[in-house]
Formats: sequence, C-alpha cells, structure tokens
Amino acid sequence: MTNPEMVESLIYEKPESLTDIGTHYCPGCTHGISHRLIAEVIDEMGAREDIIGIAPVGCAVFAYNYFNMDFAEAAHGRAPAMATGVKRVNPDKVVFTYQGDGDLASIGAAEILHATGRGENITVIFINNAIYGMTGGQMAPTTLPGQRTTSTPLGRDIELHGFPLRMCEILSQMDGAAYIVRRSLHDVAHIRKAKKALRTAFEVQRQGLGFSMVELLSSCPTNWNITAEDSLKWIETHMIPTYPLGDYKVHAALSVK
Amino acid sequence: MAKELLKGNDAFAEAAIRAGCEAYFGYPITPQTEALEHMSKRMPELRRVFLQAESEVAAINMVYGAACAGVRTMTSSSSPGISLMMEGLSYIAGSEVPVVVVNVMRGGPGLGNIAPSQADYNQMVKGGGHGDYHPIVLAPATVQEMIDLTVEAFDLAEKYRTIVAILADGSLGQIMEPAELPPMQPVRKLKDRPSWALTGAKKRDPNIISSIYIDPVEEEKVNLRLMAKKAEIEANEVRFRELLLDDAEFAVVAFGTAGRIAQSAITEARAEGIKVGLMRPISLFPFPYERIHQLADEVKAMLVVEMNGGQMLEDVRLGVEGKVPVSFYGRMGGMVPMPEEVLEEIQKLARSVKN
Ligand SMILES: Cc1ncc(C[n+]2csc(CCOP(=O)(O)OP(=O)(O)O)c2C)c(N)n1
Repeated sequence: MTNPEMVESLIYEKPESLTDIGTHYCPGCTHGISHRLIAEVIDEMGAREDIIGIAPVGCAVFAYNYFNMDFAEAAHGRAPAMATGVKRVNPDKVVFTYQGDGDLASIGAAEILHATGRGENITVIFINNAIYGMTGGQMAPTTLPGQRTTSTPLGRDIELHGFPLRMCEILSQMDGAAYIVRRSLHDVAHIRKAKKALRTAFEVQRQGLGFSMVELLSSCPTNWNITAEDSLKWIETHMIPTYPLGDYKVHAALSVK
Repeated sequence: MAKELLKGNDAFAEAAIRAGCEAYFGYPITPQTEALEHMSKRMPELRRVFLQAESEVAAINMVYGAACAGVRTMTSSSSPGISLMMEGLSYIAGSEVPVVVVNVMRGGPGLGNIAPSQADYNQMVKGGGHGDYHPIVLAPATVQEMIDLTVEAFDLAEKYRTIVAILADGSLGQIMEPAELPPMQPVRKLKDRPSWALTGAKKRDPNIISSIYIDPVEEEKVNLRLMAKKAEIEANEVRFRELLLDDAEFAVVAFGTAGRIAQSAITEARAEGIKVGLMRPISLFPFPYERIHQLADEVKAMLVVEMNGGQMLEDVRLGVEGKVPVSFYGRMGGMVPMPEEVLEEIQKLARSVKN
C-alpha cells in the first residue's frame, strides 16, 4: 500500500511570523500575498522577536491580527511619523510600516517625504492598488488617468484631478533614501522578485543605511469591478506602464557585494 | 537645589528632562519655541532623543510612537499647533498610552497673535479631539508651578495611562522668575519599560497597541473603561489653591495668569475693606466642582476672571448650581487684564450685593 520509494517532503508551511487568524481580505486581493512574503522574510532573518510593525488606516488596518509580532496601529497617513517615534527610542529594533496608496501618497504625503528626507532608518512596505479600497473604491493619488472609481465615475479626468503620483520616482530623488524599488505581485516570477526586494529592504535597515521602501503593485478586484484573474492581468497591462518596475535607488554599500 | 532666574519655557523643558523625559518631538511656534530650543541642546547632550518634526501633526504621532515603546515622552506647542495635534491626541487617548503635552496658549482664533491667552480652555479641558476622553489638565500660575506640575505630569500620565496637558499661556512661557529645579532622574532602562510596551516580542506574546474596536460592543467597553478611569481621576486628583477665603463674602475664581492678576486685585480690595478671597483651580480636569459647590454656601457672590470670553465660567456655574450670582470679567485676543480692572469688577460685585 505505501510506496517504499516515497519520501515525505515539506513543501508548504505557515511562517512563524504569521498568526493562525484567517484574513478579512477579499478573494483575489494581493494583501495576503504581501503579508506572507514579509512574514517569510522576517522568519528567514530570524527577526520576529526584534521587530515592530506599524499598521495603516486602510484595508490593512488589521494587519496586526495577522502578523505574530509587536504592532501598533497608526492614524491615517501617520505611520512613518509613528515609526520614527518607535525607532528613535528602539534603535536596535527593526521597525516597518505597511501602508496603502491613499495612506502614504495622499493624506500621509508629508510624513513619508520627511521620513525619507531624514533618512529615517525604517522600512516602508507600500501597497499601490490605484484605489481607496477600504472606503469602497474612491480615487487615490495613484489612480490612473481615465480609471473609473466611485468618485471619478466618468474616469479620472486629468484636467480636474491631475496626474498620478509616482512615489518611487519622487522619493528616490532624496538624499536620505537608501533603497527604493518597485515590484509587482501579478505572477509567481514577480512575486519571487518582490520577496527578494523585501529581504534587501530589511537588510538595509539592519545595516543602518537609511530609509528603505518597497512599492508593491497590487490588485483590488472588488473595487476595480473585475475578476480576480483579470485584476492580475490589469496590473500587467495597465499599472506597470504607468508605474515601471525597477530599482530607483540602491545604496552604494549594496552594489559592492 | 538653589533658586535660579528661569524663563518659563526653559524651565518646563528642563523640568521634563529632569523628570526622565527620554524623547521630545516638536515644531517651532511662538510663544513656546524656547522650550523646543532648550530640548534641542540638552537632549542630545544627555544622549536622549530630540527631533524637530515637519509639523505638529507629525510631532504628536512621533510622540505616540515613542509612548507606545514605553518611554517618557512629550511635546509642546501653542494654540494653532495644538489644534493640529487633536487627531493624534484622540488616538493616544484611545490607545491609553502616557503622554505629556504643554500648550503655551496665544491669542486666537485663527493665526491670531503671539500674546498670552486662555482661550483654549474648552479645547483642552473638554477633550479637544474626537470621541469621549478627558486628559488631565494642569494650569500653572508661576514658573515654579510650571516646573512642579511638569514633573508631576509624567507621574500622573503613567499612573493613569493618560494624556496630561499643562495649560499655560504666553506670559508664563516668556516670564523670568526665580525658581528651583528638581534633581535629575535617570531615564528608564530598557528592561524596566512597562509590560505592554512595544519593544520586540522576545520570549513573550506580541503586544498590540491600537485604538480600533470595530465591534461597537467592544468599543463601548473601552469607553466604559475610560469613564471609570475618569471617575478615579476625579476622585483623586483635584488640585486648587485658595487665598483669604476664610472670612470672605465674595470669591474670585481664576486660573493661571488670570488667577495671579486677581490675587493683586484682591489684596487691594481687602485694603478697601471688601472681604474677598481667591479660588484658583490648578487641575482644570478634574475640575474642583465640589469645592466650588461648598464655596457657594460660604460667599454671597462669585466673580470669574479669564483671558477668554468665559470658558471656565461654565464649569464654575455647574459647580455653583445657581446658589449665588456668578459674574464674569474677561479680556480676549491676547489682552491681559490689569489688576485695576479686576478690582473694579470686585467693587461692582460688592455694591450689587449690598444694594
Ligand atoms: C483622517 C481620516 N480621513 C479619512 C479616513 C477614511 N479612510 C479610511 S481608509 C481610507 C483610504 C485607504 O486607502 P488606501 O490607503 O489606498 O488603502 P487600501 O484600503 O486601498 O488598502 C480612507 C480615506 C480616515 N480613517 N481618517
């Protein structure tokens, strides 16, 4: 009955850095993927007991329920300021924020800009889904021209609402930035690259090189009004042309390896 | 320690340092800026954290973060800056972390001016940010009280895991007076941080600090806990000073600088034979309602003096419950009443009751 040739091998395990609680995210949303990637990286670095996370206001407001580590929940857009307070009095800990595009690029634009400018030694995970997910699909600063949202029912009119903000491009101009990259979560190959970038970002912080941010192009099938499968294609066909993937700033100390 | 000539803003900043404040975050605004400048020099000297934030919004959220990490932390500002902090203060109240904030009030509304005012009484004493919460609010009247109350503020903040606000005004920030600083307390060691603090979940379950309770049943429980804490503070932390009230027929009620000015007026009124005394609330929350209520049985009338349009007046009337007439004298927009003006009001009060 049992095949003596068969050897048991473990191919999937829940990272210790995640709790057993099932997430509240919609089917097809990539928040779950990014949570898992972060947790895997933290496990691999053995950093779980030395890390403090800051959750945003947005769909990821309950991130602290899913991550098995110390966490605080910030006011809308203020996670980089709160992380600054935590990090300055815990300089030996790894401190990260997890923020949506409304949180980071709209209401929290000042805080992210100045955290970068100061070279604040924190890591920011920036989830760009081109929309306000939690409040039901309104325009975000990252919404594409022509994209329909519940507050741009005829599509984002650039005459009226201006142009999308490209945060990696903006922040990488600043001297305090040590590692600023954009990755995507739309397929397995890109997910693997995203994980590598997350690892590098946390290493940058551990080495005290300065501010690090990984932007992750993410899906929101519910508020984009398309299927989960189509939403992944939409990232590739619509988001990547506006938000090119790549390394926008890489600290010199990283390239000598 | 001997008395030195100290400016109010420098004095409360140094008092905070000596009380073990480990992290200060702020943004320049007159008439409070000397406190930030004092911190910018002293905190790095002592290897503690000083950071000039990009705004008061950022400053209070940095304070929030540092408080979550379990250290003694504070910010200071003046009226417009305090308005910007209100969202953060509400989050801090909702997450029950200890924070000290000093408001050196200036004339308003709007950009107003940089002259002394007490017009943020309602904002600070009644909560200010959204939701049901009450910071402890302490009102000094001298540089020495600025020092003593700042030190006490850190202890109270930790005792009750609450916001403690020092409500001063521009003249207290700028005035120089002889005062004595407390001895230096060291900052807390990492291992002595509170058990709820965010320090990394080493060999323990993760600590979560949050102010979101999506289930109203849970949120009401939090509110009930905050109300129970409020009741405990009301029972234990009422503070006030009285002067010449033993035989008084009239009482002046005034806080902070207005109380100090009223004191001069009362001395002059006494010289004219008017039996008047001073009741000076120091804790504005918890407000000394009970003492005011008793006082209403002892005097014939009361006069409230403030550097605003009559804000504490409402609390005095709540305490008096209509037992005696309560009149009001206020100057606004950065104007400070002169003792003669207050004396005139006391004389009016004495005449009106005699007739
Ligand atoms: C001061 C304030 N303004 C507005 C809101 C309402 N609000 C909650 S989440 C959100 C948008 C979040 O969008 P995003 O940051 O893109 O994250 P997502 O939900 O898409 O993950 C808004 C506007 C709030 N909570 N606080």
